[in-house]
Amino acid sequence: MRRHLIGIEGLTKEDIYSYLNNAATFVEVSERELKKVPPLRGKTIVNLFLEPSTRTRVSFEIAGKRLSADTINVGASDSSITKGETLLDTARTLQAMAPDIIVMRHKESGAPHFLAKHLEKTSIVNAGDGMHEHPTQALLDLLTLKHHFKERSAGIEDLTVAIVGDIRHSRVARSNIWAHLALNNRINLVGPPTLIPEEFRHPRLFGEKINIIHDLKTGLRGADVVICLRMQLERQTDKFVPSLEEYSQEYCVNERALQAANPGCVVLHPGPANRGLEVSSAVLDGAQSLMQKQVNFGVAVRMAVLFALATGKTVSEGKSE
Amino acid sequence: MSKLLIKNGLVIDPAASLEEPRDVLLNGALIEAVERPGAIPESAATEVLNASGMWITPGFIDLHVHLREPGFEWKETIESGSRAAALGGFTTVCCMPNTKPVNHNAEITRFILEQGRRAGACRVLPIGSVSVGLKGEEMSPLSELWAAGCVAFSDDGEPVWDSGLMRRALEWAKMLGARISCHEEDKKLSCGGCMNESALSYRMGLNGMPKVAEDVMVARDIELARATSSKVHICHLSSARSVELVRRAKHDGIDVSAEVTPHHLLLTEETVGDYDTNAKMSPPLREQEDVEALRAGIKDGTIDAIASDHAPHEQDSKLVEFSKASFGILGLQTNLPLTLELVRNGTISRMRAIELWTRGPAKAFGLERGTLRCGAPADLSIINPDYHWTLSKELIASKSFNTPFMGRALSGIAETVIVEGQVVVKAHKLSR
Ligand SMILES: [Zn+2]
Repeated sequence: MRRHLIGIEGLTKEDIYSYLNNAATFVEVSERELKKVPPLRGKTIVNLFLEPSTRTRVSFEIAGKRLSADTINVGASDSSITKGETLLDTARTLQAMAPDIIVMRHKESGAPHFLAKHLEKTSIVNAGDGMHEHPTQALLDLLTLKHHFKERSAGIEDLTVAIVGDIRHSRVARSNIWAHLALNNRINLVGPPTLIPEEFRHPRLFGEKINIIHDLKTGLRGADVVICLRMQLERQTDKFVPSLEEYSQEYCVNERALQAANPGCVVLHPGPANRGLEVSSAVLDGAQSLMQKQVNFGVAVRMAVLFALATGKTVSEGKSE
Repeated sequence: MSKLLIKNGLVIDPAASLEEPRDVLLNGALIEAVERPGAIPESAATEVLNASGMWITPGFIDLHVHLREPGFEWKETIESGSRAAALGGFTTVCCMPNTKPVNHNAEITRFILEQGRRAGACRVLPIGSVSVGLKGEEMSPLSELWAAGCVAFSDDGEPVWDSGLMRRALEWAKMLGARISCHEEDKKLSCGGCMNESALSYRMGLNGMPKVAEDVMVARDIELARATSSKVHICHLSSARSVELVRRAKHDGIDVSAEVTPHHLLLTEETVGDYDTNAKMSPPLREQEDVEALRAGIKDGTIDAIASDHAPHEQDSKLVEFSKASFGILGLQTNLPLTLELVRNGTISRMRAIELWTRGPAKAFGLERGTLRCGAPADLSIINPDYHWTLSKELIASKSFNTPFMGRALSGIAETVIVEGQVVVKAHKLSR
């Protein structure tokens, strides 16, 4: 059993299905009136969110609480990080609390690796590090798709997935690409050359199975799934495009562009969306959008991840005890 | 006057194209004679040193070190750095001016020279800054710095981003006969980067420093040197394209010299591995094709010198997130064995290896050293090429330990180091 979940890179199809299958049983828990189960009673989970993110933090917090773990939130403002404490100091402080799991969000890539190196007994869950990975987002996207495509014979395999937008800076894109590569799906990366480096097709990254397409309609052609990425304006992505207006004219996923996709195509967005910039409101609020479902499945996926790391068991094993 | 006779060694003196068994007689601070074995009677000496199995070479010269004093004494001092240098076989090091205050006036230059003399481990030659405070705005008092003893000028750590200022500085330096040593990096292109830009940097989610950030500045400075008929030195070449630019410039007759570090000759970006901050430096480790081009460059003479870019940093500045970690690694004590790896793998001959540490750098900066000819300063390294050792914290004389080579099995060590006739290293230990 893995001790950490730092990235989707390196996970096999079986690993991914194991998380998704566990998550499916936790979806059921979330639908009960009494939404709490006991397996992590007595376990301590620290949610260390050093980059603001209400949505992911709340999702992890609910997941931990529903599993009956003691959850503690440490944020950038209430820790002493802002007063010059280093990540190593923080790691040592946390070690004293002997947490079983630290869920970490950090603006620097590699920060969870750093923590994993310096904390001997704690499992690390990466809740998003810089431009590197955001594994639970990819898993919840897959769970959402698995639910949506449950009648489809190939399930979430043999799909054409278009990922549109700022691929360069996106950890969501990287985690999703690794995931869909593991499932052998076709992947179109769609966006301007400034936001999709050619190196993404390099054999040392995702390889030539990935298509890089600069024209939106061509990129969406035949897509079963469209993943819209958030333009992260705080990363100065505006320096990579002539203007946001020009970007949205070329790449805003709207109803007209979506006509190029397969009829049953669904749209995902990790949120929060810049409406009218990377995706139109009509698409986001329309029938093809699974955005609201993503939020619901997020809790179940995170319960599955926390459960697996804290107990070292799959759910079925856990139940037989 | 004490006279030391070094017997039974193999003299390797590239400046004299000599690679033969020779005995060497030192007379005080000067070399008196280099003769066939047995030709100098022991009675001519007051002391005899048996160098059997050893190479006797001119003392090594490092054109690029950061000794951190004044201002950053917790990282390194002139004393600790020059002791590390001596242990590494160096008798002369040229220290970069990015101290605090910057070496941009004669007072700082004299201070560095005085601290070097006081440490007494090797000769410390200061490099003055091109611009005041390394800010790239006003020219430093180059004449004053030159007169005080600076041997070259550089804003290393920073490029001289203002091309107009660079042009004027080259013209002034030309009048003095000085060379400007350039850290080549267009910071708008390497903007916020912390490793080589490549599939790997995108995979790790780290901002990359593209090779073209180096190449455009190398091209600029070569053209400025061409336009002003002045002398430039390109620091720590790291990209294949930059090597080619230097090769063509030399072919065109431009007075350009260039250096490369041992780590750029031996490691690729893969060393960054699991976000290892001890593999973070500027310029960053590149790819195999660059390593090959750099090796071709030291082989065919495009590159004149190996230099360490010895850059000590305290542990706290490396024990952080990768993008926040300081740039730079140690070099002085590993330069020799790492260079010998290139001899063992057939990249260069031992003669060429020694040349890259002696005559090459001496010529680049116009230093009257780096040879064993009669009458030259008695700066020598006596090298045991087959001494096997493993780099460990205890063996490091620097105040810092930031090196990706910790724990590496190494071969080759400076057994005896002599600076102006004084034995500073004996049995590969500092003698005082
Ligand atoms: Zn430099």
